[in-house]
Amino acid sequence: MARSCFSILQRVTLVLVLATAFLGGPAQAQSDSPAELISRLAGADFRETERIVEALAATGDPAVAPVLEALGEGDLFYRRSDNAVFIARRGGAGYLLTDPLTGADAGEAGRREVTKVRVNNSLRRAVRSAIGTLTLQSPDPGVRMAAAEAVLKSRDPEAIGSLDAAIGREQNERVRTVMERARAAAVLNSDASDADKIAAAQTIAEKSDQEARAILMAASNGASAQLGEALAYAVRQVERDLAMWSAAQNVWYGLSLGSVLLLAAIGLAITFGVMGVINMAHGEMVMIGAYVTYVVQEIIRNHAPFLFDLSLLIALPLAFVTAGAVGMAIERGIIRFLYGRPLETLLATWGLSLILQQVVRSLFGPTNQEVGAPSWMSGAFELGGLTLTYGRVWIIVFALAVFAVLVLVLRHTSFGLQMRAVTQNRRMASSMGIRTNWTDALTFGLGSGIAGVAGVALSQIDNVSPNLGQSYIIDSFLVVVFGGVGNLWGTLVGALSLGVLNKFLEPYAGAVLGKILVLVFIILFIQKRPRGLFALKGRAVE
Amino acid sequence: MKMTKMLRGSALGLAAGLMLSTAVQAQETIKVGILHSLSGTMAISETTLKDAMLMLIEQQNAKGGLLGKKLEPVVVDPASDWPLFAEKARELITGEKVAAVFGCWTSVSRKSVLPVFEELNSILFYPVQYEGEESQRNVFYTGAAPNQQAIPAVDYLAEVEGVERWVLAGTDYVYPRTTNKILETYLLDSGVAAEDIMINYTPFGHSDWQTIVADIKSFGSAGKKTAVVSTINGDANVPFYKELANQGIKAEDIPVVAFSVGEEELAGIDTAPLVGHLAAWNYFMSAPTPENDEFIAAWHKFIGDENRVTNDPMEAHYIGFNMWVKAVEKAGTTDTDAVIDSIIGVSVPNLTGGYSAMMPNHHITKPVLIGEIQDDGQFETVFETPGLVVGDAWSDFLPDSKDLIADWRKPMNCGNFNTATGKCGGKGS
Repeated sequence: MARSCFSILQRVTLVLVLATAFLGGPAQAQSDSPAELISRLAGADFRETERIVEALAATGDPAVAPVLEALGEGDLFYRRSDNAVFIARRGGAGYLLTDPLTGADAGEAGRREVTKVRVNNSLRRAVRSAIGTLTLQSPDPGVRMAAAEAVLKSRDPEAIGSLDAAIGREQNERVRTVMERARAAAVLNSDASDADKIAAAQTIAEKSDQEARAILMAASNGASAQLGEALAYAVRQVERDLAMWSAAQNVWYGLSLGSVLLLAAIGLAITFGVMGVINMAHGEMVMIGAYVTYVVQEIIRNHAPFLFDLSLLIALPLAFVTAGAVGMAIERGIIRFLYGRPLETLLATWGLSLILQQVVRSLFGPTNQEVGAPSWMSGAFELGGLTLTYGRVWIIVFALAVFAVLVLVLRHTSFGLQMRAVTQNRRMASSMGIRTNWTDALTFGLGSGIAGVAGVALSQIDNVSPNLGQSYIIDSFLVVVFGGVGNLWGTLVGALSLGVLNKFLEPYAGAVLGKILVLVFIILFIQKRPRGLFALKGRAVE
Repeated sequence: MKMTKMLRGSALGLAAGLMLSTAVQAQETIKVGILHSLSGTMAISETTLKDAMLMLIEQQNAKGGLLGKKLEPVVVDPASDWPLFAEKARELITGEKVAAVFGCWTSVSRKSVLPVFEELNSILFYPVQYEGEESQRNVFYTGAAPNQQAIPAVDYLAEVEGVERWVLAGTDYVYPRTTNKILETYLLDSGVAAEDIMINYTPFGHSDWQTIVADIKSFGSAGKKTAVVSTINGDANVPFYKELANQGIKAEDIPVVAFSVGEEELAGIDTAPLVGHLAAWNYFMSAPTPENDEFIAAWHKFIGDENRVTNDPMEAHYIGFNMWVKAVEKAGTTDTDAVIDSIIGVSVPNLTGGYSAMMPNHHITKPVLIGEIQDDGQFETVFETPGLVVGDAWSDFLPDSKDLIADWRKPMNCGNFNTATGKCGGKGS
């Protein structure tokens, strides 16, 4: 039903488009100046806009590139009163207008006085390829690189001429390589001769990534026998490389998942592992850390936007202190009355976790809060055939750093010494003059504070909502139990090996079954080694 | 000890006072039950609906109430606990004697209350898009059935974006599984090869999307235009979209169309890298109609926060509530059987500039909108069905339900009439 409406609609538009084309559309488009073309954008529908974009690109005038960019980003507006087109940016009472071609200031407009020139995905694609073709000879090598990549993505045969011109003048080796690949992709997409296409296939095969595979496979539709064979050979070449990298990619994903598990579990390794408190509210400490990040970012956004890239660094100590203070309050207020009664502790802290969730829900509302990524944590880079995202790299680094600091604190500070003394033999430590009560509170505070710090990192990859902690609590206990209760190194090895195991199972078993298999594995493992990977030995165990 | 005695005494007094006051009020008010989770995992979505209902009831009271009586909202908290939904529903119907209940979000909560509404013969308005395959005498489905959301979205991608390869990604529970089954049959029927469809399920709250996004990328590099149809639920969406953005998958290359991502879900993400990804709904907050402007203004005033968004299930409650009001006025009573008979055919304005009508299968007519995500967290409509689409309770693309129809008018009066055998009672009976 919906489908037939669609095709009728399409047919009608097609007829309209054809009609306008016959009524001198193309001739007009060629003689039109950029300014006239731009003025026609006011009130144009998607198809009309697309034709204007093509005509603008055909002018070859680099001055239209900013207009196209603004169009692609949704910053191009027209004034309702006189249909004049402007680049508009938020500011003043509504929008600040600038002339699209000259960039001259054109005053302000209220929100209701201007209408956006609408774009959709296919328009954005057209704009991207048009900008690419126009800026291939820009003086800035960064812009030329982006242009070459845009044309590579669009595979537009029309761009071959511009590419040839640009390649002839290009001095920068890396940019030229991308341009040559873009040209090869365009050739494969054109009606060039088989010989040309076979040469192009070889150029693309050297690119050796998923995009290369996509270009080659798209070209094999309707290819002649000889060309098809060459393409198939090139695809096999690319796929061999990809298969090699995919194992490395799985290890990387595993380490990255492992570092998240490590972050979530490391605080628990202190409160549960070292102190033996079953703290079901551990996840909520992580959540508190994430909300501290949110509050810090909110303040920075409103008062000091230039500090945004530092927001996570500012949030770290605050999250540690806040979550640590809450942790100490919990220890002093509830847990100290329940030492040696694990069942009651479990119930009390579970209730507490529900209370904390509801408190946060009442304070901040039940919806997700937006925590932005600083610029040094967004995006990805390529390492050989691997795509590594900056966010994940930093989280791995951060998890290991937190772990190292914790080990240092436990080994080489007097607080660490007291903490170990109290957990190993409370009465002896007490008779040596250690205030065991305070050591307990501080230890619990340390574990909670570290959970808070973990929350700052997890706010980058997960929802900042009252439920944040719940999704990590089970995994955290698994890691600590698997690694060996009371052993920090066990937590490290446990987290990373569970992460890698999970990621190697996932491609074969799927995410749901993969998780179940990991659980089954842990259950069997605990049957065999009840004390985990690195069991504590000696008197402390009893 | 003394303290507890005193406390108990005052609590008793309070309870007695409450009972007295409700007894007095019961004479002149009509009670409306609101059954949405205010705590637990679903609170994130359902709390907003509770507030929307309170606003609608307040507005109706300002207009003079219903049948000359004031409406009185009764809010209960089923706490995202499915069996508790049934208990709370029972409490609302037998304890509070409400005239109708507006509530539920997840399908499992709806399934849990169905027997209660049937047994006690009351009315439930269910405002969320769902997998279909159900039509119950006591339930009115004001959200979208699959043919009012999923199928038009797939058509759009195929015809406008030229998509030939499909990833159906969803959370592992009944709504995504049924929707994907319908979509798979639909795609295969329209000539898509089986190897061009990839189906992937993830657990609730899945947060590590690295492998799956990489799989999608690799699936999309086979030389055909690829799109992702996402039935990923609630909280798992934020990490999914973050991973898409981080791995550089742009909407221009591999668009994602989502059925469970609305304005509310986007509120927690920086949407600048997501511009162009799509969602299919029957309402967007950006709809440029006077009714919608009025609704948004009233909502901001009611909630006291200019930054709160409106979304599709809120519109569904708006439509459902107004339909109920009209049906009660038409019947002249809030009696369940009378309202169930009178509501069919009732037509009320929706917020996108048209009218929605209640059909005999207890689903409603709706326009289908496809929107692209903008950098301000709103959607821009890029396609709208030319007319209204009638909600289809039983999908035409599932083998065991394609012969079934639902018609609650006399003489058929059946939710699963099998047109092949000519008997009432097929699947789901």
